[in-house]
Amino acid sequence: MRRTISVLVENRFGAFDRIATMFSGKGFNIRSISIGETEIADISRMTIVTEGDDQIIDQVVKQLNRLIDTIKVVDLADTYHVERELALISIGLHKGSMEQIKNICDIFRGNIVDITNKSMMIEVTGPPDKIDAAVNVLAPFGIKEMARSGIVALKRGEQLKIQKKENFTT
Amino acid sequence: MKKSDNLMSGAQIFFECLKREKVEHIFGYPGGAVLKLYEHLYDVDFLEHVLVRHEQGAVHAAEGYAKASGKVGVVLVTSGPGATNTVTGIADAYMDSVPIVVFTGQVPSHLIGNDAFQEADIVGITRPITKHNFLVRDVKDLALTIRKAFYIASTGRPGPVLVDLPKNVIASKCEFIYPEDVELRGYKPNYKGHINQIKKVAEVIASAKRPLLYVGGGVIMSGGSRELAILARENKLPVAMTLQGLGAFPGTDDLSLGMLGMHGTYWANRAVDNCDVLVSLGARFDDRVTGNVETFARNAFKIHVDIDPTCIDKNVVVDLPVVGDVKHIIAEIASEMPNQPDTTEWLAQINEWREECPLVYEDNDGRLRTEFVIEKLFEKTKGEAVIVTDVGQHQMWTAQHYKYNHPRSNLTSGGLGTMGFSVPASIGASFAVKDRPIISISGDGGFQMNIQELITAAANKVPVKFIIINNSFLGMVRQWQELFHAEKFSFTDLSSSNPDFVKVGEAFGIPSYSTDNPKEVDSILEKAFSINDRPVLLEFKVVKADMVFPMVPSGGSISDMMVKRLNPRRMT
Ligand SMILES: Cc1ncc(C[n+]2csc(CCOP(=O)(O)OP(=O)(O)O)c2C)c(N)n1
Repeated sequence: MRRTISVLVENRFGAFDRIATMFSGKGFNIRSISIGETEIADISRMTIVTEGDDQIIDQVVKQLNRLIDTIKVVDLADTYHVERELALISIGLHKGSMEQIKNICDIFRGNIVDITNKSMMIEVTGPPDKIDAAVNVLAPFGIKEMARSGIVALKRGEQLKIQKKENFTT
Repeated sequence: MKKSDNLMSGAQIFFECLKREKVEHIFGYPGGAVLKLYEHLYDVDFLEHVLVRHEQGAVHAAEGYAKASGKVGVVLVTSGPGATNTVTGIADAYMDSVPIVVFTGQVPSHLIGNDAFQEADIVGITRPITKHNFLVRDVKDLALTIRKAFYIASTGRPGPVLVDLPKNVIASKCEFIYPEDVELRGYKPNYKGHINQIKKVAEVIASAKRPLLYVGGGVIMSGGSRELAILARENKLPVAMTLQGLGAFPGTDDLSLGMLGMHGTYWANRAVDNCDVLVSLGARFDDRVTGNVETFARNAFKIHVDIDPTCIDKNVVVDLPVVGDVKHIIAEIASEMPNQPDTTEWLAQINEWREECPLVYEDNDGRLRTEFVIEKLFEKTKGEAVIVTDVGQHQMWTAQHYKYNHPRSNLTSGGLGTMGFSVPASIGASFAVKDRPIISISGDGGFQMNIQELITAAANKVPVKFIIINNSFLGMVRQWQELFHAEKFSFTDLSSSNPDFVKVGEAFGIPSYSTDNPKEVDSILEKAFSINDRPVLLEFKVVKADMVFPMVPSGGSISDMMVKRLNPRRMT
């Protein structure tokens, strides 16, 4: 099962490597990982998407906590939270396909960010399942290249009582 | 006073910090990147530097020192090859949670990443095998980093910490400000167990019919042996120990079942298999203990007390976890016990198992066996010695036959199983323990893995008794070959290639003796124990093809346990 874990880490030399090393050393999967600044100068936030049953996720969280450089580890499955991902998708153009792609782009509220007479690049943001859907619809046109940012996520301001593990992502 | 008068060099700060950490011994080997430190060391009088002959030896010596004393062991080596030579020792300390701090020299900061002479990314290399590590980039951070290193190594679940010191950092100067307190927002070990959980533990034990304490090295590290003795004796609870746990509870006590696991005693393993409540104290459900996790203590309600939350539910899912300092939690369990469980029948049952399948060996064919040597050693030292074993059959036989009276008396490489541990670790221990004999026991294979440290022992006149159990084989591997690999004794026979160990010892200036005769064991031990101002070496030439039993094959269940019963017809 896919799980999103949010980790606050010391913004320090080696901290990222230490976390990546732990994942590979313990044989845990990483589906995506993103890292960036937070509101505090010397703290970064990593959003890690991993996979596993409850026992594995329990270990992932504990092993992350055990690292000296991690300050806070939250398994977002236990919370109401927002997940977002950004994708840049470059698609080859054929006769008459431009209009269709533009329509799809509109439906997904994407932006066209680059265009030549051979290809166009669109930018889509949203929850990861929306990106998946866009990719699926665009695939038949011939995706030439794609870059996905990995997920960033944040807890919502108000935490309603929810059933554990029910994701609320839009 | 001008401000510049307060300036100290990195090297001065380094030793000032060690002094404040009350470091008295350091195990090291010099080289280009740490010359500045060695320059200062020349005039330092508050600590003794022990010159090893290989950096791996320095780390094992520091481990031996730390395990025997409970203090942090300290290592100082140079960059590049000096640093990489420490890797095995650091991995060993990580697996067995030994508090050490390893200082490595590094090329000057501006050359890092340039493939400079004797550069190795030791911080990168050791990231997965240290509790934490640091590269000091500015002399202003040096004092705080050293403070943090000692704090991290020695608190919570202990472990190795590495501090990499670029040459220019040691040479440059800054004002020395000693940080009295360390605050690490990402590291707050939890010492106090949850009181409601502890009460539940006490209730479960009190109502148990067949309770068993499963005791690991954590009890020794936390200093909880006395608390354990009280809990076990007041409530008549049998105690089975892991390899690292031996010594946590006196081996001579009736309640001691000795070691459990792969080469554990028959009765300890039967007790695990049949207990209704299993209380794990400072142990980690290692695969050498559990075998098949599906059947391990299959009918028991499992309680797990440990300081490290990651240990809980890692290998075996337990019913009742308590995270915190094992010593305190044991004491609290003892004081929360509502009543004592009635274990009379259970203990009687265990004693039946004890008689059903005791630890036996053939002792009337006139040939020397390891078990006999260990028993003689126990008689001679009455369980008071510090025994430092290597890895292999002799390690398991020692664990089975030597009954430790005290914690911190059984020093061995358990988690990593590092051959070559014993010789340097015993030397390290001898700097920490002065009032009890220190005995190193190695196989003929492992003895040769850090044989160079004999000169460290001789030069420092440490009174270690180096025992070699020479079975002319890489015995433990030979055993697996015989049992599981079609008796293909591939590259394990050393009989034609072993050196003359007595001559080896003498070449290092160490009085050395050898025998293959059971009748001479007493007298040779007598000789060894009369020499107390320098090392001695004893070689016991034992039978070649013996195997260690009981044995639960790797990943097996207790029902797969192989035991040895003496067959009179084979005793010729
Ligand atoms: C550094 C290292 N290399 C290899 C091994 C694998 N190994 C485990 S036990 C053993 C045999 C040890 O032989 P010896 O030292 O003679 O001791 P014995 O088993 O005969 O008592 C070997 C090779 C190991 N544990 N450590």
